[in-house]
Amino acid sequence: MSAVVAPHVPAELQVENNGALLRLRGAWTLAQLDRLIASAEGVRLATGPLQVDASELADLDTAGVLLLLRTLRKSGQPLEAHAITGLGEADTALLQLLASRLEPQRPQREGHFQFRLVLERIGAAVMRFLATARDFLGFVGLVIATLGQLLIRKRRLRWTSTVFHMEQVGLDAVPIVALLTFLVGAVVAFVGATALRDFGAEVFTVELVSISFLREFGVLLTAILLAGRSGSAFTAQIGSMKSREELDAIQVLGLDAIELLVIPRLIALLVMLPLLAFIATVMGILGGGLVGILALDITPGMFLSRLNEMTDISHFWVGMSKAPVFAFLIAVVGCMEGFKVEGSAESVGRHTTASVVQSIFLVIVVDAMFAMFFMELDI
Amino acid sequence: MSAPREHIIEVEGLRNVFGKQVVHDGVDLTVLRGEVLGVVGGSGAGKSVLMRAILGLKRPDGGRIRVFGEDTTYLDADARKPFERRIGLLFQDGALFSSLTVAENVKVPLQEYYDLPAEFLDELALLKIRLTGLPADAAHKYPAQLSGGMRKRAGLARALALDPEILFLDEPTSGLDPIGAADFDDLIRTLANALGLTVFLVTHDMDSLYNLCDRVAVLADGKMIVVDTVEVVERHPHPWIRECFQGPRGRSAMQQHDHGQVAQPHPSGA
Repeated sequence: MSAVVAPHVPAELQVENNGALLRLRGAWTLAQLDRLIASAEGVRLATGPLQVDASELADLDTAGVLLLLRTLRKSGQPLEAHAITGLGEADTALLQLLASRLEPQRPQREGHFQFRLVLERIGAAVMRFLATARDFLGFVGLVIATLGQLLIRKRRLRWTSTVFHMEQVGLDAVPIVALLTFLVGAVVAFVGATALRDFGAEVFTVELVSISFLREFGVLLTAILLAGRSGSAFTAQIGSMKSREELDAIQVLGLDAIELLVIPRLIALLVMLPLLAFIATVMGILGGGLVGILALDITPGMFLSRLNEMTDISHFWVGMSKAPVFAFLIAVVGCMEGFKVEGSAESVGRHTTASVVQSIFLVIVVDAMFAMFFMELDI
Repeated sequence: MSAPREHIIEVEGLRNVFGKQVVHDGVDLTVLRGEVLGVVGGSGAGKSVLMRAILGLKRPDGGRIRVFGEDTTYLDADARKPFERRIGLLFQDGALFSSLTVAENVKVPLQEYYDLPAEFLDELALLKIRLTGLPADAAHKYPAQLSGGMRKRAGLARALALDPEILFLDEPTSGLDPIGAADFDDLIRTLANALGLTVFLVTHDMDSLYNLCDRVAVLADGKMIVVDTVEVVERHPHPWIRECFQGPRGRSAMQQHDHGQVAQPHPSGA
């Protein structure tokens, strides 16, 4: 590879003698390669050993060598069969080295639009889903077993860690949960009142807001917010510990990762999610009430008395009974995805996304199952 | 390679200061085209800072740096681009893009600068990967699936993608077992010969100094103490050099070298 490249020498491949003699001219380097490839693609070569004259070659790099080797390969003869003249000592060494490393078979490019590939990917996705479901059940079992051991005092509850997570998961989330449910409550009241007004039943807005928030929205909105806020944080925290081998360190030190990392987060969420759901319900009803009072001619007294008389307390218990279940799902999915992280930081990101998607999916599916259950029970 | 050799890198009076700590206080260094230069020095002597200054990753606080005969000391990022294509850098742990396979990593600079047919690009990337001694099936693996040594080779394949004239290596053998380290030294030597590379090697590895480097540069006390062949450097009276080369590790590397135990089996083509 000589240093100085004369830019005015055009790089080209010239074929003479009916394709038996190749003349290499100019700089056979990466920078010149697109024009060289164009001139080399259509070349018709003689069969049998070729002559290569490199005496007018100005420069040669690995890309140039590859092009030469690819061209010579078309003749169907091994490299040694060809007579190469005029090549410098260094360039010859480069040619020999690269020829020895060239793969005999070309890399196969995958066909992208094949029907088989589609089936294959569907199959792989189904298998992945089944594996995830199995992992999830296994992890749930492990967590419940550890909780049981906690009860019979075989394991310790980490108080410091639990309280720390209560603060992060619960207290720090109060403003965002309160604000969002307040706004959703106001929106529900507005939309509901607009529809109910046509029937002269505007006053039923109170029941609409209170029942929907007590039964569904309070706990569901909180759960979805916490899945995005805390479930993802659990995955990222545990995942980055995993990728830095901290989890292995925990195991080698004779500690239990479930006891140390999962149980405090789970208990924190089990305690805080119902409390947050309560705040969310109150704020949602407040938002709805405010809209009613300010925009719909419902006086505060009327709002309160209607809330008191027409809304059964059972709605509140229905909503609250779901909170610990959602908390359990979010904590378990968040922690489990963290344990599944492997190696790189990119994997942490991927599993964090998976954790949020899965826990929101599970929360909504389980909520639908609860709705059917309570309907059958007539509660 | 005869006659006066081209000075591919020239550093004059380089000064680097971090807060109150003076790392470089007038460092001079000339790198000749085609040589393998090893830069050694104690921890914190500023080996990596010197390399980063030459590469333009750190703006020096004084002095001049010429690369390919042109002053690059205070060039901005755009003006530096043409130089960067002619320089390859292997980071300590490869610094491969973790979301891409090895082959895709090698293709990144090629696709960025040149418009080549996809099939040619595939084969060129595979060739570079094979050139660094990796098996062909490593091409479709992700960096996380490779061992530390393989990641370094993959990083080297990416560094060589654009056929650079200068190759910077930041402690390439750290974290490798002795056999892997010796293999890597061999690989660098083979590639330097075949591709006509100039190699700027920052290292802690005494074996690399003896087996790989044409010349050794010693950084200490903010200055370049000596730049010469390893046989001359090892006799230098500077206290750090004496401790380093006369210490147990230095001596064993020297003995091995003298007995020709790790002599280079130069694979000359074939």
